[in-house]
Amino acid sequence: MRPMPKTLYDKLWDAHVVREDANGAALIYIDRHLVHEVTSPQAFEGLRLAGRPPWRLDTNLAVPDHNIPTTNLEAGIQDPVSRLQVETLNSNCAEYGITEFGMDDIRQGIVHVMGPEQGATLPGMTVVCGDSHTSTHGAFGALAFGIGTSEVEHVLATQCLLLKKARNMRIQVEGELAPGVTAKDIILAIIGRIGIGGGTGQVLEYAGNAIRSLSMEGRMTLCNMSIEAGARAGLVAVDDTTLDYVRGRPFAPAGDHQRLAEQAWANLHSDAGACFDREVELDAAGIAPQVTWGTNPEMVAPVDGCIPYPADAPDENRRENWQRALAYMDLKAGTPITDIRPDKVFIGSCTNSRIEDLRAAAVVVRGHKVAASIRLALVVPGSGLVKQQAEAEGLDRIFQEAGFEWRSPGCSMCLAMNADRLEPGERCASTSNRNFEGRQGHGGRTHLVSPAMAAAAAVAGHFVDVREDNS
Amino acid sequence: MKAFTPFTGIVAPLDRANVDTDQIIPKQFLKSIQRTGFGPNLFDGWRYLDAGEPGQDCSGRAENPDFILNQEPYRQAQILLARDNFGCGSSREHAPWALLDFGIRVVIAPGFADIFQSNSLKNGLLPVVLEAAIVDELFRRVAATPGYSLAVDLESGRLRDPGGETWSFVIDPFARECLLQGLDEIGLTLQHADAIRAYEERRRREAPWLFPR
Ligand code: SF4
Repeated sequence: MRPMPKTLYDKLWDAHVVREDANGAALIYIDRHLVHEVTSPQAFEGLRLAGRPPWRLDTNLAVPDHNIPTTNLEAGIQDPVSRLQVETLNSNCAEYGITEFGMDDIRQGIVHVMGPEQGATLPGMTVVCGDSHTSTHGAFGALAFGIGTSEVEHVLATQCLLLKKARNMRIQVEGELAPGVTAKDIILAIIGRIGIGGGTGQVLEYAGNAIRSLSMEGRMTLCNMSIEAGARAGLVAVDDTTLDYVRGRPFAPAGDHQRLAEQAWANLHSDAGACFDREVELDAAGIAPQVTWGTNPEMVAPVDGCIPYPADAPDENRRENWQRALAYMDLKAGTPITDIRPDKVFIGSCTNSRIEDLRAAAVVVRGHKVAASIRLALVVPGSGLVKQQAEAEGLDRIFQEAGFEWRSPGCSMCLAMNADRLEPGERCASTSNRNFEGRQGHGGRTHLVSPAMAAAAAVAGHFVDVREDNS
Repeated sequence: MKAFTPFTGIVAPLDRANVDTDQIIPKQFLKSIQRTGFGPNLFDGWRYLDAGEPGQDCSGRAENPDFILNQEPYRQAQILLARDNFGCGSSREHAPWALLDFGIRVVIAPGFADIFQSNSLKNGLLPVVLEAAIVDELFRRVAATPGYSLAVDLESGRLRDPGGETWSFVIDPFARECLLQGLDEIGLTLQHADAIRAYEERRRREAPWLFPR
């Protein structure tokens, strides 16, 4: 008898079940726990109060990122509240013996950039972190999802989480992307299609030849924003691109272990005939560069389109949401997207701050100047190592000669917990992942785009279709 | 966690879909290393006219009079009524902490974001999923009767309105047990410590690269 075909998610789930209850709740084993300063202090405190030791130290890896300033690092963190949070992470890691890449470590960076870069994220693992964009790591064929602080404590204490299995959804993207169209545009187009609640209760597997053609950086961008469609996790099957990326990284297996691991990882794909609860198909050739115009990521339009009329919204609720969003964004329905003029440009965040993202932006910027109307254009590399690599390639000079500021790694203006933020009413072209009200600063207005699109907007002073540049 | 006991509370209508965790508790307040004290900054961007900073005394700040929780009798609300996909966005557990700290014990919506739902259950905040049509009806009743209240009974899984009408809701049985008895989930998991060790032994053989030390 042939075994039942399984999805990639089924395989990952089955491999991590410690025990299962009659009602379907399972204790799932966690292979990698990434820790940052914002969601962990109360978890360590809980552990301490209950007198519980961490279950297994070597799966934990910590890094401060959200509060880290991106300028003048030598002076330390000026904001005392931010500083206390980072110091609390330092002392918790020191007390329990958890490996941490501190502020002065070249490996420090955004947790979702650092993990894969170090090979701490491996195919077939379960990866969790007290951060919703942990979905990023699904790019490696790992089951990776964000958790809350109580769950952080639960993982620290037991190495497990109590979970119910999600449903399977496959998003198939076939065909070839137009030059200048990237993984960011694919995922924004997907969210525009299925909506920000479209993936709730599901794990999304991205498949099709357009996905297989993406680099690991592109796959991380894609999986990163799964949570913006409501899905806790996104997945891409393991292939040679995955293996090439992982090999030789500090935490990746070597020697015999590498051979064994790669044999096992070869099975990390959905079997032919595996059953998905829902399937969605997209034509890659039909995807234009995307720009969000509203206050959540499903409010998105192709760059050659216009801001939609609330009267055309599919339902009453959305009509009201669109109206409210347009008022908040100070935009008028019917306006061409290319007429929107940002005040600031932010290239960074766990979605788009890897070396490939910076290269894509630099290609557009090279030999140009940031438009006079742009008040601030920032490039914030995802980690110290990305920064180092970019500098070795001379990207920092390209950006600085054009008038961009070249900063130190961290979350920065993605959520404005440090000093980088929008002022009320300011409009930003941002490569981050959330355009919620006030996300980048109280009263700030965010347009989510790819790195090339953000760079082009910085140069032109308004959004432009990067496909035209490429032709 | 405190055990969840039956109560009757005022329902505050927050007529919005996709209320995200950045709205429930904006990022600047996540710098706290405590679990409490977030209530005054719940919905900070909607509730006040100025931009709030952590550690600030909120009593003197200018409130937005249009925001529902700034109106009587909703300052005393214990139940929040909202539209679909409540709690989307970040994994911050500060969101349920802030709602609880304000005094909200139940959120009713047609649907919740996954992480928010699980965070809520772990803190004694009850997310009640009702069909969109029932939620619509509740919005109508709240509009018709300011101060409209509902009785919440988790044991029987029922909401009861003052007129005696009831609606049933379903909560995951394990989470329900934990809420009703105020159980410590970590303690429960540690009762399976042997199963976790057995899993690790097997896994170490099958996938030794995951156990480098
Ligand atoms: S870069 Fe932004 S989305 Fe990513 S972890 Fe940091 S704050 Fe969160």
